[in-house]
Amino acid sequence: MSTDILSPTIAADPVGEINKYDFHTESKPVFRAQKGLNAEIVSQISEMKNEPDWMRQFRLEALEIFFSKPMPKWGGNIALDFQDIYYYLKPADHQGKTWDDVPEEIKKTFDRLGIPEAEKKFLSGVKAQFESEVIYGSLKDDLAKKGVLFTDTDSAVREHPEIVRQYLATVIPSNDNKFAALNSAVWSGGSFIYVPPGVKIDFPLQAYFRINAERMGQFERTLIIVDEGASVHYVEGCTAPMYSSESLHSAVVEIIVKRGARCRYTTIQNWANNIYNLVTKRAMAYADATMEWIDGNLGSRLTMKYPSVYMMEPGARGEILSIAFAGAGQHQDAGAKLVHCAPNTSGQIISKSISKNGGRASYRGLVKVEKGAKNVKTNVVCDALILDAKSRSDTYPYIEISEQDVSVGHEASVSRIGEEQLFYLMSRGLTEDEASAMIVNGFIEPLVKELPMEYAVEMNRLIQLQMEGSVG
Amino acid sequence: MTDTLKIDNLHVSVEGKPILRGVNLTIRRGETHALMGPNGSGKSTLGLVIMGHPKYEVTAGTMTFNGVDILDKAADERARLGLFYAFQRPVAIPGVKLADFLRHAATNVRHPERKEGEELMPMREFRKELKGKMEQLRMESEFARRYVNDGFSGGEMKRAEILQLAMLQPKIAILDETDSGLDADAVRLASQSIAEIGREKMGLLIITHHDKLLEHNPPDFTHVILGGRIVETGGIELANELHTQGYDRIREMYPDAEAANRQMVEKEEPVVA
Repeated sequence: MSTDILSPTIAADPVGEINKYDFHTESKPVFRAQKGLNAEIVSQISEMKNEPDWMRQFRLEALEIFFSKPMPKWGGNIALDFQDIYYYLKPADHQGKTWDDVPEEIKKTFDRLGIPEAEKKFLSGVKAQFESEVIYGSLKDDLAKKGVLFTDTDSAVREHPEIVRQYLATVIPSNDNKFAALNSAVWSGGSFIYVPPGVKIDFPLQAYFRINAERMGQFERTLIIVDEGASVHYVEGCTAPMYSSESLHSAVVEIIVKRGARCRYTTIQNWANNIYNLVTKRAMAYADATMEWIDGNLGSRLTMKYPSVYMMEPGARGEILSIAFAGAGQHQDAGAKLVHCAPNTSGQIISKSISKNGGRASYRGLVKVEKGAKNVKTNVVCDALILDAKSRSDTYPYIEISEQDVSVGHEASVSRIGEEQLFYLMSRGLTEDEASAMIVNGFIEPLVKELPMEYAVEMNRLIQLQMEGSVG
Repeated sequence: MTDTLKIDNLHVSVEGKPILRGVNLTIRRGETHALMGPNGSGKSTLGLVIMGHPKYEVTAGTMTFNGVDILDKAADERARLGLFYAFQRPVAIPGVKLADFLRHAATNVRHPERKEGEELMPMREFRKELKGKMEQLRMESEFARRYVNDGFSGGEMKRAEILQLAMLQPKIAILDETDSGLDADAVRLASQSIAEIGREKMGLLIITHHDKLLEHNPPDFTHVILGGRIVETGGIELANELHTQGYDRIREMYPDAEAANRQMVEKEEPVVA
């Protein structure tokens, strides 16, 4: 390799690329539950999945909790009719083992997302979720030999019930919040990963998620257990086609990082502008374990998402890097939570938000230090970039400290794209649009450089599309 | 025809306050001009107005490049015509690598007809050229990977400006105190670098307080600006006189301009508590 002093080009894409994520393949679900939500539908979902009785009970209890909890009064405005949503679709009647088994229509959708190429080039294990069920997956042999389990969560319930039962809902119980309860009642799909002690996976495990049916909620449930001294990087990307009616995405992601283990969870979400994206993500990190969330939120009508790390034992570390881009008609209420439950734990939150063309980006974050958690170090940096006078940015930092011997830093900045920065770049021949896009890409560079290469390229492209899409 | 920037009776205000009051200046490719003057006399304003900074309002006068009116053109269009301004205080663009920025800039300036989204100049060609220019300027190649002006020392900023000058090869370049913030050796290196880039290929307007930058770039013309207008133009001997004797003679000879200058300095630099 030559010494390369250049990073990949900021994609300045031809018009053809703009429509890349805006298409809809006709798919014919094999089974579709009726619209709406009640105990009968929940039981039906459980039955369709051939679930054990404990899981059906889990769902039904969660449904009661969901009905009993009021809608959250903070965050964004949620205008949803829960009875006007399909809660379960199963597009293929069995899970594809190889690419050849995957139905043609669905392949077409994946082709347009570039998944097969991506797999050839880069991926060792792909789990792709189309609508509610994981329909295609492959896992590299040596991972299986090492005892790594990587499957969809439905299969895990059947194949590894003892592990699922041991950990499911221990990080995020059904009564945590209304949407966690909803997910617990109607969940479908999601990834299940178990990494045995000492096993270090040195390439990212990846999954693509995609909502592809009108008025269909997607409620994946992801459970990751990284056993002592093990490490894993899980990458999840989402693109959704555009639809005119509301759609709901409400996932739950639970992660357990045991002593000395390490987990990084990277998400890039680019939902269509009518989707409510209400997600609960939480990790528990034990002694000397490290949990890192990298969370990129583009698109959606409203996103409420605050990846959390609970540092349960001494030496645990939590890091959260969050980015949000709010365009026209979008509200990104995103942030992070660090909860220090033990001494000598450390954490960092870096949040960057961009709002443009009337979009609203809110940072909402919590740093909590429990009594007895001495010698805690934690730092929060949140930067907002507002691209025009119509757009808005808010910061809601909550800090609760019940211990003296702690170091908690908080810095926040809000800036508008500076006239001086624009002039500087334009004086070197860049047009105003090129200069703005360059400044925005630079602003999110700290996140993008943490991404695997293909995601970095896609992220820059998505930003470019967001910038172009809001012109005029 | 020699590329020519012609400024005629230029009046400029910021927020309604006049700063330039009738500047006349013609710069041809191949000529070196020094622009000197005390603080607050309008030196940087003139440079920024030539480049098209939106903050400044031109209230009277004309500015043409090769006979074409450029006052209505945005900064990027002026850059594509071949104008360049080396900033006195360049701003940081965090997260944008100098090399990426320069590749984009060089492509646009060299291909003024390029549309947004069209290909940039080939990576290999650009990289080779950048490497060569950086070696010429005795810069570490690592420097190109850093974010534009982000955390740069004063000296690094100025060298980055000179690198941009070398890469963009403008027809007319304004160097705004490119020597300030540099130690004596660095100034010598900077002035040598400018000379090596090819002074004869550009029209240069060097805004400076010191004589070091002019050492390798002896001016064909020296202009003295006071109170927002050029009050005197001479040769290199005028630059030498100002270096050794200061502006006392100028201030005495042009009392109106001196009064205007004093007024501007008071407005510009309020007493800091």
